Amino acid sequence: MEDVLLSTVLVLLALGVLAAVLLYFVAQKFKVYEDPRISEVEELLPSANCGGCGYPGCKGFAEALVKAGDMKGFFCNVGGQPVMDSVAEKLGLVAEAKEPMVAVVRCAGSCENRPKTNTYEGVKKCTVAAALYAGETGCSFGCLGMGDCVDVCQFDALSMNPLTGLPEVDQDKCTACGKCVEACPKGIIELRKKGVKNRRVFVSCVNKAKGALAKKSCEVACIGCGLCAKACPFGAIEIKNNLAYIDYTKCKLCRKCVAVCPTGAIQAVNFPIIPKKETNENDVKAI
Amino acid sequence: MKNKLLVAPSPHIHSGNSTKQLMHGVLIALLPALVVSIIFFGWASLYVTAVAVASCVFFEWFIQKFMLKRPISIMDSSAILTGVLLSFNLPATVPVWLVILGSLFAIGVAKMSYGGLGSNVFNPALAGRVFLLISFPVLMTTYPIPEANVMNVETKAFQCETNILSLDAVTGATPLAEARAIVAQGGELNTNMNLVTVKNMLLGVKGGSHGEVAVLALLLGFAYMLYKKIISWHIPVTILLTMFAFSGIIYFFDTAHYLHPLFHILTGGAMLGAIFMATDYVTSPMTHLGMIIYAVMIGVITILIRTWGGYPEGMSFAILLMNAATPLLNKVKPVKFGNKK
Amino acid sequence: MLKRFKKGGIHPHDNKITRAKAIEVMPLPKVAVISMAQHIGAPASPVVKRGDIVKVGQLIGQAKGFISANIHSSVSGTVKSVGDAVNSMGLLVPSVTITVDGDEWLETIDRSEEIVEKFDLSPKEIVSIVASTGIVGLGGATFPSNVKHSIPEGKTAKALVVNGVECEPYLTADHRLMLEHGREIVVAIKIICHAIGVEKAYIGIENNKLDAIESMTKASADTPIIEVVPLRVQYPQGSEKQLIEATMGAEVPSGALPIQVGAVVQNIGTMYAIYQAVQKHKPLFERVVTVTGKSVSEPKNLLTRVGSPVNDMIEYCGGVPEGTAKVIDGGPMMGRSMANLSGVINKGSSGILMMPETETPANDASSCIRCGKCVQVCPMGLEPYLLNVLADKRNFEECIEHSAMDCIECGSCSFTCPAHIRLLDNIRIAKREVGKILRNRK
Repeated sequence: MEDVLLSTVLVLLALGVLAAVLLYFVAQKFKVYEDPRISEVEELLPSANCGGCGYPGCKGFAEALVKAGDMKGFFCNVGGQPVMDSVAEKLGLVAEAKEPMVAVVRCAGSCENRPKTNTYEGVKKCTVAAALYAGETGCSFGCLGMGDCVDVCQFDALSMNPLTGLPEVDQDKCTACGKCVEACPKGIIELRKKGVKNRRVFVSCVNKAKGALAKKSCEVACIGCGLCAKACPFGAIEIKNNLAYIDYTKCKLCRKCVAVCPTGAIQAVNFPIIPKKETNENDVKAI
Repeated sequence: MKNKLLVAPSPHIHSGNSTKQLMHGVLIALLPALVVSIIFFGWASLYVTAVAVASCVFFEWFIQKFMLKRPISIMDSSAILTGVLLSFNLPATVPVWLVILGSLFAIGVAKMSYGGLGSNVFNPALAGRVFLLISFPVLMTTYPIPEANVMNVETKAFQCETNILSLDAVTGATPLAEARAIVAQGGELNTNMNLVTVKNMLLGVKGGSHGEVAVLALLLGFAYMLYKKIISWHIPVTILLTMFAFSGIIYFFDTAHYLHPLFHILTGGAMLGAIFMATDYVTSPMTHLGMIIYAVMIGVITILIRTWGGYPEGMSFAILLMNAATPLLNKVKPVKFGNKK
Repeated sequence: MLKRFKKGGIHPHDNKITRAKAIEVMPLPKVAVISMAQHIGAPASPVVKRGDIVKVGQLIGQAKGFISANIHSSVSGTVKSVGDAVNSMGLLVPSVTITVDGDEWLETIDRSEEIVEKFDLSPKEIVSIVASTGIVGLGGATFPSNVKHSIPEGKTAKALVVNGVECEPYLTADHRLMLEHGREIVVAIKIICHAIGVEKAYIGIENNKLDAIESMTKASADTPIIEVVPLRVQYPQGSEKQLIEATMGAEVPSGALPIQVGAVVQNIGTMYAIYQAVQKHKPLFERVVTVTGKSVSEPKNLLTRVGSPVNDMIEYCGGVPEGTAKVIDGGPMMGRSMANLSGVINKGSSGILMMPETETPANDASSCIRCGKCVQVCPMGLEPYLLNVLADKRNFEECIEHSAMDCIECGSCSFTCPAHIRLLDNIRIAKREVGKILRNRK
């Protein structure tokens, strides 16, 4: 009985040693050299693996960054400036300064502004509906409301508002990775400058139809009238294909355009609310 | 127009098929076997079936409602089918708690823990049966014999006293187990070929699980499913042919110790397994070629287990083994259009 | 045993309600909205402007690029506007809107009923007439016909396959043309055989149209190069590749065009249009449209001018029946359900089908039970269940390996799925994305 035990132990021990030796030599033989800085940089990154930087995951980003030996064109939207600064410190480089960005939904076609004209019954995905037709409303440019953007967001920053049927961005959670921009078949979501105190002014419409058609399909559509472009003191607004676009690099958040827009297509967010009385007086003065 | 138009991608019509309808089709196909079983084993078999169905449906509902908190899908009748198939694989005299335990394993472990209908790897009914077979071998192999005296069956397997009316008293082994016992004792099969006559095998007058004995009734169900296009012929026919051919070869070399091929395909769970268990949609391959490979392997493994394995019956194990291989067999591609030169 | 394609296929109920209804002429619309994008490829560029007076048959849109087609006015009157108009899918398409005034045709068009048999044209001339008259495939794909008839260098055509299958349920436009204009179609076949240089033409007709088989056999009795091939009913026999297999026995390789096996396929409606273009100098501006549906009070086959409003046609056939949920442009298997009824008839509109909600597939998909029925019905030998899952996970690279691009979008998989999964919806997306990936690779 003891013999059996002993021989079992010995055989297994011998096997274990043999395997260990073999493994050691195999590991030596097939060793791949990797720049140790790559894993160091990777550790600093947020490990979201979102691909927002344009590289396949954080590891890919770290590899490319170390290889390039220069911080130019490299930016992790998720980690933002602090992470990039610490990476730069590690590598002895200087990080590019970049404005923090945020995803902006450029459609205000809620159920009230843009009534439904038909009922969609296919697979509930924007891509499927967009491949088929204009959507459930009369506007063929606006949000389809099936939430492809919500599905791709890894940071839980997007949610559908059941009242408006439109997606909403949680600006604190949004990392500007750009996944939603890619996912939206209508190209409604745009990455814009986060702005001072999160204040932003943008045209919340992408309707390229002529004024009358656009207005017919949605109450708050941009009709391409050009009043905003005339009102803008900084030349930040351009009208193209019957649609106004505010260049966020030029915009100084003066909100003159918001005041003149006849349809209310231009939105200003996170500004202190102007008391009602004041606006009334302004209106009177204008008349 | 009062209502808004519906818009959806094409196609705008549907065949009218539904999961529920397919399940009902299989249930209808199982009816003849149930009827025969009731004739042979009395109300006990109906009782077992009812308990199995009720507990399967209950467990599915319970798990979905309270544990997974998902929409309830018992209306698709798949749990009913699992219950019927599980009960068909049990002896008619099995105690009620065993049936309930088997149902719990079949639904809870083999089906729901994988994600419910469509995601399970193993056939739930078979998994339940094998679980019971391994855990309670004695209870699971104590088979009642169809009323031997009434049918006047001259088999060695149940030479019992003639005045027995109570089913519980009439128990015996299945013909396969009996044959194995003879060989184990050093006897020769060709001199004992009066185990069960072919006629009795077809009718189902033999020991076995209550749903597997009636071969003709099962074949009737097969014909119905083929007619209704619920299943294709590939899996059942290939399994039976393979079993016949493989056991035929073995038999050809040693008629004394191995069973006649006809005996193999007509006894045990061969028919029930080939027609109803192996053809389970979820756990069988999707392409015809995949189905044929799957079926050949089931046939071979069954005969291997029956002839040289530890159990007299190998169908359940063979099917479960090949269930595990199904994801691999799904890599077998259908022949694409445009490859003919 | 009748011929048919071998792999997969389904048998939807054919519901050819209008099979016995002779073609009627639809009254002229008051305003015609003629789209510049009635074909696959680049939209035509308008050559008229607001206020112009146009006649029936006059060129109003010039083809732009190789795959494009000319657009002709279907009505006479004044151009009201040139610009974007909303189509029946709710999308904006460049269009010319014409206020109809009388019915004045170009003098060059021969409007007599007489059948002109003789033609004396070179193949090149025929192709250029087909191109200039704006003829596109009228089966629904609207592929410019002249491109099909220009045999590429190094390839030779062996046979013309005329598609008289009309495998879509409900539609009967081609069926009626074969019954009423068989002889004209035979003349067109001779013309196209001459143009592409072949000595053999097959007309594939399914045997649910015995009268059409008889009519075409009779009409082509004196033309030995034409063989009428009766086919066993099976959807999607009208698909180009499947029809070639059924009639000629040749399989078009994956990713290749029919000319690879020497086939040129045209549908019946297109052949009739070609006859009119070549022999009667009439551009393509009208077509036969089947207005149908089980509860439609007067289903009809209507000879309709392109640009006629859908609403007018429905009204002409007794209006939208009570309980109608869907109005489909085309047949129920591949047609598009309209988002509004203010759209118009295009060259590719083969029918207007009104369906009650009870007949439309319920939107109640349950989980896949891996029954493999989709695999068995797929005429291209694909695995729809797998493509559906891959597309759902946006794993498009893998879709390439599983030949997503071979899908002909016939809808057999969605039709048959017992779990009511809309397989084709996702597979279409896979095709689009795979197409993008493949184009980027080039």
